[in-house]
Amino acid sequence: MSTPLLEVRDLVKQYAATTAVAGVTFSVPEGICFGLLGPNGAGKTTTVEIMEGILPPTSGEVRYRGAPLDARFREEAGILFQKTALQDHLTVRHCIALFRGLYAHGLEVDEVIRICALEALVDRDARKLSGGQHQRLLLAIALVNDPAVLFLDEPTTGLDPQARRNFWELVASIKARRKTIILTTHYMEEAELLCDEIAIMDRGRILTQGAPGALLRAHFAEVLLELPRPEFPEAARQLPLKIFDGGDKVEITTHDLEATLRTLLTAHVPLTNLRIRPPNLEDLFLELTGKELRP
Amino acid sequence: MMRRLFAVFHARNLEFVRDRGTLIFTLLLPIMIVIGMGFVFGGPPRPLFKVGVLGDPAERQAHPFLIERYLQSVPLEDQQAALGKLTHQQIDLLVDLHGPTRYWVNTDSPKGYVVERLLRAAEPAAQREPVTGAAIRYIDWLFPGILGMNMMFSCLFGVGYVVLRYRKSGFLKRLHATPLSAFEFLGAQVLSRLTLIVVVTSILYLGIGSIIHFHSAGSSALLALLALLGALSMIALGLTIAARFSSDELVGGLLNILTWPMMLLSGIWYSLEGSPRWVQWVADVFPLTHLLDGARAVMLDGAGIRQIAPDLLYLAATTLVFLTFGAWSFRWRID
Repeated sequence: MSTPLLEVRDLVKQYAATTAVAGVTFSVPEGICFGLLGPNGAGKTTTVEIMEGILPPTSGEVRYRGAPLDARFREEAGILFQKTALQDHLTVRHCIALFRGLYAHGLEVDEVIRICALEALVDRDARKLSGGQHQRLLLAIALVNDPAVLFLDEPTTGLDPQARRNFWELVASIKARRKTIILTTHYMEEAELLCDEIAIMDRGRILTQGAPGALLRAHFAEVLLELPRPEFPEAARQLPLKIFDGGDKVEITTHDLEATLRTLLTAHVPLTNLRIRPPNLEDLFLELTGKELRP
Repeated sequence: MMRRLFAVFHARNLEFVRDRGTLIFTLLLPIMIVIGMGFVFGGPPRPLFKVGVLGDPAERQAHPFLIERYLQSVPLEDQQAALGKLTHQQIDLLVDLHGPTRYWVNTDSPKGYVVERLLRAAEPAAQREPVTGAAIRYIDWLFPGILGMNMMFSCLFGVGYVVLRYRKSGFLKRLHATPLSAFEFLGAQVLSRLTLIVVVTSILYLGIGSIIHFHSAGSSALLALLALLGALSMIALGLTIAARFSSDELVGGLLNILTWPMMLLSGIWYSLEGSPRWVQWVADVFPLTHLLDGARAVMLDGAGIRQIAPDLLYLAATTLVFLTFGAWSFRWRID
């Protein structure tokens, strides 16, 4: 079996009063998009910053291509932090060129500009970019060294839906170039769309790990029916079904969809607005931690 | 509205008080300024005449001429250097008390004329040695001080606050994720600021120099070398302050605590000759003192590299010490 690109072993990060990461172990094979999922404060960013070599762990270790993080790792890693300010008064091209100058090998500045669709913005002051444009610039900076592994820490937080979709397309195109991507997010849609493998974190620990589809199959053998709460008769709550209240909806989980539908029809429950959907990662997180992924 | 105002006021007070470093320096700075001003401008009124004295301090105490009112005796050891001061009218008379009293007077100096009368009244038999020489204009003497002060502010604040801002904005953290080393980053900052200072100081030197009709007595190349080393030392000092901290107020306080004593004690505005010995020792610690002493020696007295070698060495050594300490204590991110 080949050595994983990145290995995280028994990682612990202890601060004075809190334990941010409480013993995390996983490995990332080359060429996949690996997602770290969890709510705010789960320990995702701390874990990723230790993996990036930015933060020293209290104990445990991170290995890149079988060796501790070293100068080679810094040359071959591309990083997009949650928040990064750039130097004042620099244009988009200046910013990319500055970072390109810090690496021995990499892509041409113009190529990075093309990949990240920044052609129209090259002469603009970096401080005058919109949120989505700024993230594209930060991604361009993360790509200047043509990295073997790309870390994206909540890259679409705070972006509007259109900018988020654009960014996903961009990441998908990078993924298609067989780059290894480590993505942290609390957007389930993002993880489902981009990740080949995920680890769900809460309170500094990994709760479960695997391919999104396999995890859902392992945890849910049921389908989910959703009905608007005002249309659900009180009397129907006595039916022999697994019924949950979910905000303005009533949710029913079942192994046998046909039998459940027959029961609801017999009880004269209006089914005009019925939605049937497979469980998603949001449901999985709820199932694992008992809380919403996005508070 | 008042409730919200008070809540913010209270929170700000708490934040300030809990930031111990800033608090201490905020309190310490005014105290230091007061003490510094006290030393320079306080005390008894300044004497009217300065008399350089060569010879035994015990004899000096006893001599009837030297206990005259409004007269300050300045002990000097090197006769050549003392004569230089007399020529430039930095002292009004030079007296040698070894054996029969000898004195030198600058016949171009009005104060020299008056103080000579006082000496001859006390000791009519004293042997007279006349010298001549125009007084150095105060503006010529001040000129290197002004250039040095400008360099000091540019070095300390220009570099210190920039690094602090980079750290606070997270830009340093982003750079840390690249192969860039702390030494490389600091080196780049030093060079960038050095370039700026060289350009600005050259413009000021040529510009002000032509306005006040200043002509340097010494080598321009030596002056440039001295200015480079002086700027390097002070930039490195600024980086040392900004290497670690993330609080604007703390860094501002530390920079102020360095610049004010340098402003007062490095001899920008006036010569420290005649001030207490320990004040001169304190002044000798500051790079700016060595920069100005060296620059005045070159610009006014035409000193060569040998005469200002101690100043050059001191500036080079402090550059090395500050840069090493700065790189060692450097923090990329806010702790």
